[in-house]
Amino acid sequence: MPSPIVDTGPERALTSKTHPPQPHAGHHHPRTDILAGDPSKRKLVLVGNPNVGKSVFFNYLSGLYVDVSNFPGTTVEVAKASYLEYDLYDTPGIYGVSSFNDEETVARDIILNADLIVNIVDGVHLERDLFLTQQLIDMGKPVGVAVNMLDEARHQKLDIDLAALERELGVPVIGTVATQREGLDAIHDLIRSVREGRQNPSLHAELHRLLSVVGSQGEALLVLEGDPVIAARHGLKTVVSSSRDELYIDRRNRVNTIVAQVVSHAQTGRRLSSLFGRATVSPIWGLPILAVILFLLYQFVGVLVAQDLVGFTESTVGNRIVEVAIKGAVARNAATEITVERVGAHDEIIAERNFSFPDGRFANPALWKEAQDFASGHTANWTFKYSNPWIVVFFGEFGAITMTLTYLLFLLMPLVIGFYLALSVLEDSGYLPRLATIVDRTLRVIGLNGRAIIPLILGFGCVTMATITTRLLGTNREKTIATTILQLAIPCSAQLGVIAALLATAGPAATAIYAAVIFSFLVAVGTSMSRLIPGETSALLLDLPPMRFPRVGNVVQKTAYKTYFFMKEASPWFFVGALAVSILQVTGALVAVQDLLQPLVVSWLKLPKEAATAFVMGLVRRDFGAAGLYSMDLSPYQTVAALVTITLFVPCIASVVVMLKERGLKEGMIIWTGSFVLALVVGGLVAQLLI
Amino acid sequence: MPMLLSTVRKGSRVRIAGLPLGDMRSQLIRLGLMEGTVVECLERLPGGTLVLLHSRQEVAVSTELAASITVSSL
Repeated sequence: MPSPIVDTGPERALTSKTHPPQPHAGHHHPRTDILAGDPSKRKLVLVGNPNVGKSVFFNYLSGLYVDVSNFPGTTVEVAKASYLEYDLYDTPGIYGVSSFNDEETVARDIILNADLIVNIVDGVHLERDLFLTQQLIDMGKPVGVAVNMLDEARHQKLDIDLAALERELGVPVIGTVATQREGLDAIHDLIRSVREGRQNPSLHAELHRLLSVVGSQGEALLVLEGDPVIAARHGLKTVVSSSRDELYIDRRNRVNTIVAQVVSHAQTGRRLSSLFGRATVSPIWGLPILAVILFLLYQFVGVLVAQDLVGFTESTVGNRIVEVAIKGAVARNAATEITVERVGAHDEIIAERNFSFPDGRFANPALWKEAQDFASGHTANWTFKYSNPWIVVFFGEFGAITMTLTYLLFLLMPLVIGFYLALSVLEDSGYLPRLATIVDRTLRVIGLNGRAIIPLILGFGCVTMATITTRLLGTNREKTIATTILQLAIPCSAQLGVIAALLATAGPAATAIYAAVIFSFLVAVGTSMSRLIPGETSALLLDLPPMRFPRVGNVVQKTAYKTYFFMKEASPWFFVGALAVSILQVTGALVAVQDLLQPLVVSWLKLPKEAATAFVMGLVRRDFGAAGLYSMDLSPYQTVAALVTITLFVPCIASVVVMLKERGLKEGMIIWTGSFVLALVVGGLVAQLLI
Repeated sequence: MPMLLSTVRKGSRVRIAGLPLGDMRSQLIRLGLMEGTVVECLERLPGGTLVLLHSRQEVAVSTELAASITVSSL
């Protein structure tokens, strides 16, 4: 075995440190609330490569109460629960402990804090997975190993000698088929019997030396392996990467030796799922399969959920039932003007009546009865105009309470559920990495990695939801680019409806110009951001997991806790957003903004002045903006200019709120402001050139 | 005879001879792709993205990355 570190690593690291070594107890990593947990409880951490079935283990051990939250400073979700006397943590799937991306740094910090580790490995891919196992062992952590997916291994005629594996690693090993619950009950014993395994002997001396500086063997190992973050935490200079490579090669060779002793293999034919998996990345079948999947995805999220389901929950349940009940209750003692509109099948107004309650509706029950009778048996829109401005702020047209309620429960929640369902199915099937492989080449042009296709396609359904999926992307740079493109250039299904209808009247020439402008704008924004933002698009090196049918239970559980987590995090933001809009309205600022925009709209965009209202209101309520443009008598080129402007505007207040939450206040505001400016500039240029 | 992984034809098996330097090298080694590893080229996608197979594991590699890896024929 080569002695990898003598000449480069710790010597240099130790002599070049910038401050003196701190005493053990005295130094801390940036400790975070989710990591802090209950100090009296030991931390049990589940670790594994992506797609090894780790979440099934977590769900099995965690029971009902799971706390999911963003790891501070990242958008990586971490799940925490209680198991017996332990705090149980799930970690993102990783191939090794290091700092190559957000998922890895999060997993790294949780692992460094762990008291004991259960490492789940895929029986079919032991060569790949045991690298992480050996690294955990070299970190000196007490480890237990669950070799999962034994059914798949059996199918592939792999014979795994678990006893030999246990001997070689020096830690307890169990075999499981987690999806069938086979062997799962042995996990309790495994947790009780975890221990430190057989560490790489050549590491010993170096680790021991570093240990006095950094305090834990895990951190000592990472410093030896050239982890820049951990080195910096202890004021050490990063070790040159060649020593890491030698350690890695060393470990890789040891793993290959272990696998050669433990796994025997009888060659067999390919399985059907593997044939399908292969087809998804073939030049001939890859694109047709992609097209079908994207079509189904759009139909589900974009049409069924975002339009049909939300159309029902938002306007029928939310606006017409719940809001009317609340506003009606508020109107009991408050001076209120009520307007009731009967509307037809296409939202056109059939009849309208005003009811005035200067002393609240309790003072005039007969008139209230009349109003209800007028509405009953028809689809009716109720408008409540209160005279008290405070009531207007909380319960009026954009009432902070009523609008938040409708937005959260009847717009956002159905969207979030539908969207997480679709995403969980995609994730669990193993298709996402294959998708990324197919489109990588194309997306590289706009500075994105293949994975970005998911948010971009979902954006055509709902930009708000798609903005959340930018979390799938590896680097902050890619998240920023994808979010910007989504917010600027991708019209959501609500806008697409209007756009399609208006373009149908405007004719094929206008349609072609519109599509060309938007598409070139998208490419221009992507390429220029890719140039401007420092960093490079991460090169594609993807491990492709086998395709398999997602398990219903797992998909439902994942959807449930991700939805809960999202709603919990987003709710306060929506209240703040609604409150802001409501105050703008009550103070007259909303009208002032419209007036301010009017000259710009008339002379620069060459549109009728009412278009200003459509733009501003479209932001607040996506259906308003649409209706506004319908009623205007626009020439085909005016239509193009109006649609380009409305497409490039940030689509709606919900997406703004989610963007601010995901990307932070500063970056979010830059994108938002940028979208206003660019929408007016590009829309105006189109108008100046065409009209 | 050394050549670039990016030039390997679909269906052929080659032995990895040299890896790029830096972080990517460590990530390749972690996945089991290092000097001496035998890989089969399963697919070549338009644009040059490769799908490799080694010990029952499929790995996608972009053409830029493949162009920084040298291989020798078996």
